[in-house]
Amino acid sequence: MPYALVSPYFLLFAAFGLFPLAFTLYYSLHDYDLAGGSEWTGLGNYASLLTDEDFWNAVVNTIGMFVIATVPQMLLALFLANALNKRFRLRLAIRMSVLLPLVTSVVAVAVVFTQLYARDWGLVNYILGWFGVDNTNWRAERIPSWIAIATMVDWRWTGYNAIIFLAGMQTIPRDLYEAAAIDGASRRRQFWQITLPMLRPTMIFVVLNSTIGGLTLFSEPTTFYNGNVDGGSQGQFQTVAMFIVKQGFREFDYGYAAAAAWLLFLLILIGALVNFLVVRRIGGTK
Amino acid sequence: MMISKRRGLAAASALAAVVLAVTSCGSGGGTDSGAPASSGPVTIRVQTFGGGANFGYKNAIAKWNAEHKDIQIKEEHLTDQFEQQYWPQMIQWLTSGTGAGDVVGIDEGGMGLAKAHPEWWADLKEHGLESRKADYPAWKWENGITADGKLFGLGTDIGGMSLCYRKDLFEQAGLPADRDEVSALWPTWDDFMKVGQEFQSKVKDTKWADGTNTLYQVLLYQEAAKNGNVTYFDQQNNLIVDKNPAVRTAFDFAQKMSQQGLTAKLRNFSDEWAAGTQRGAFATVGCPSWMLGTVSGNAGDDGKGKWDVASVPGGGGNWGGSWLAVPAQSKHPKEAAMVADYLTQAQTQASVFADFGNMPSNTKAQQDPAVQGAKNEYFSDAPIGEIFAKSAAELQPVYLGVNHTQVKNAVESVIQGMDDGSVPYDQAWQQLVDDAAKAAD
Repeated sequence: MPYALVSPYFLLFAAFGLFPLAFTLYYSLHDYDLAGGSEWTGLGNYASLLTDEDFWNAVVNTIGMFVIATVPQMLLALFLANALNKRFRLRLAIRMSVLLPLVTSVVAVAVVFTQLYARDWGLVNYILGWFGVDNTNWRAERIPSWIAIATMVDWRWTGYNAIIFLAGMQTIPRDLYEAAAIDGASRRRQFWQITLPMLRPTMIFVVLNSTIGGLTLFSEPTTFYNGNVDGGSQGQFQTVAMFIVKQGFREFDYGYAAAAAWLLFLLILIGALVNFLVVRRIGGTK
Repeated sequence: MMISKRRGLAAASALAAVVLAVTSCGSGGGTDSGAPASSGPVTIRVQTFGGGANFGYKNAIAKWNAEHKDIQIKEEHLTDQFEQQYWPQMIQWLTSGTGAGDVVGIDEGGMGLAKAHPEWWADLKEHGLESRKADYPAWKWENGITADGKLFGLGTDIGGMSLCYRKDLFEQAGLPADRDEVSALWPTWDDFMKVGQEFQSKVKDTKWADGTNTLYQVLLYQEAAKNGNVTYFDQQNNLIVDKNPAVRTAFDFAQKMSQQGLTAKLRNFSDEWAAGTQRGAFATVGCPSWMLGTVSGNAGDDGKGKWDVASVPGGGGNWGGSWLAVPAQSKHPKEAAMVADYLTQAQTQASVFADFGNMPSNTKAQQDPAVQGAKNEYFSDAPIGEIFAKSAAELQPVYLGVNHTQVKNAVESVIQGMDDGSVPYDQAWQQLVDDAAKAAD
C-alpha cells in the first residue's frame, strides 16, 4: 500500500524524466537525422560538438548573459527583500506586487521589451539619444543584445527571488537583532553581520535555481529575435538551449541535439557546483 | 523542484525530454476528430506563411465559405518566415504524422525536400486532379510530382520581378515619381545605387532600400537565369555556392549597397522590417509579384496610394512562388483536394492577383484579359497586368535542391550580418561559403 501511494510521482518521473533522459543519451550516441534514420557513432557527436565554434559561441553567450543577468538580479533582490522586510502601509499588497512580472506571459514581456529595444523607434534608444548616444542596434551587437535580454530576465525574476529572500529573512530570530542593537550595531552592520550569514541557505537555493534557469535560457532571447532560434544574424545571443532546438528542429540532426543537451546538463552541474562553493563562503569567514 | 515557464525547461534532461517527446508524439493541435464527411460540415484547415496578405486567400476563402455550407475553410497563417519557422515546423508535423493542416502551402525552397518524401502526401490523382495538368506550364506542374510519380502539389503563384517604391518620398527628393520615368532612372543596378545616393542626400531618415537580403535575392534569381537556372545546388544536388557566379554577383551587389550605406539594415520578413515598411524606413523594395501583397499588408491603409511599381534593373527573374499540397495525415483528403483545386483555379488566381498581386502560375489565368489589364489600386493603380502577366510565360524555373532552405538561411544570415556590422566586409564571402557548406552538411 505505501508503495502504491508514493508511486504516482515515480511513475510520472519515469515517464517524463527518466525515460527521456535515457532516450536522449541513447540518441546522443547515434547519428540520427530526418532523412537517414539512425546509425551508431559512439562519441562522435560529442567530439564534433567540442570542436564546433557555434556550440562554443552559444556557451559563451549563455554564460555571459547569465552573469550579466544574475549578479545585479541577486543584489537587487536582496535590496528589495530588505526594504520589504520592514513595517509600512499596504505591506501585503506591495509584497504581492513584486511578483506581478512573474505572472505576466513571457510573450507579452518580450513584445514590450522588443519595442523598447527597437533600433529605430525604441524608447531606450530615444532616451540614450538625450545623452548623445547613437542608435544602438540591440539585435546586432553582442554585448548590447546580452544587456537587453538580461534586463528582460531580471524584470521577470527579481521580484520572485526577492520574495524568497524575504521569506528567508523572516525566519531569522528577532532577538539577534535586538541583541545587536543593544550592543550598538548599526542597521547596516546588522545587515552584513546577521542578515546575510543567516540567509545563506536561502541564498544557495536561489542561486542554484537561477543557475538552472539562466543556463537554460530560451524564451527571452528567442522572442527577442522574432521567434527565431538563430539568436541574431551571427548568433550574437544564441544560447545553448536555442542551439539545441536549432540542431534538433531546424536542421533535424536529432543525435547532435541530444549530445548538446547532455553537455548543457554537464555545464549546469559545473555551474551549480561553482556557485554553491562561492555562496557558501559568503559571510562565513568567521 | 519548482515548475515555471522558464525553469520548467530546467535541467538539460528536461529540455531534451521535450525535444524527444515532441518528435515521438508529435505536437500542435490535430485535425478535427475523424468524423465522416457526411455527418455535418467539414472544416478544412489551410496553413500558409508569408508577410502581409501572404497567399492573398482572404476574399477567395470568404467566397467559398459563403457558397459551401458543408465544407468550411479555415486559414491558419502560421508565420511570416518560411525557412526559419514555417517549414521546420511543417516537417516536424509531417514526420510525426499529426499537426499539419488539410491543405498546406509550400514555398519553392521546400519543394525539393517535399518531393523526396512521397509518404508525406496524399496523391491528388486519386481525387481526379490529374486533369489540372493543362492549366500549368510544364515546370510548375512537374515540380508538384514526387520522385515516385505521385501528384502532390498544385501551383499557386510565381515570381516575376519589379521594384516597389514610395512615390511620395521620391517627390520629396525631387526625383520623378511617374513609374515610367522612374523605371528610366535605373537601367542598370549601378544607376540604381547612384539614384539612391541622390535620394538619401535629399531625404533624411529614409534609406534607399530595406536591407541587403531582398535585393540580394532579386539579383540571385536574375543571375541564376543566366547561369543555368541554379543557385546553391546544381541539378545533382552538389553544393555550388562558391562556384556559381550568380551567387557571387548577387553577394557583391549586396555588399556594395551596404558599404554605401544605402540600406535600412532590416532583415526581410522580420517584425522590424514590417514596421519599417509602415513607417517609411526605406523608399524601395525588390518586388516579385507576391511581394506587393506583403508590402500593402505591412504598410496598412495609411500607405495606400503612396506606393507604386516600377521595372527592375537587370531584367526579369523568377523568385518565389508556391504550391498547395494535401498531407497524407489529413482526415478529409477528398474535401482537402477540392479546396486545393478551388484555390488554384484560374478564376481564384485571377482574383488573388487583382486583389493582392500574387502572379498566377495558372496559364489560363495568365491569359485572362482581366489579368493582363489588371491594375493595383493600392499601388497607385499600377498596371500590374502589364508589368507581371505579360512576361509570365517567359519565366524559367530555378532548380533549388533538397537542402535549399537551410543553406538559404545560412547565406542570408551572413548577408544580413554583413549589413548589421557583425560580419566584417572582407571576411563575409569566406564565411558565406563556409556557413553554407556547414548548413548543407
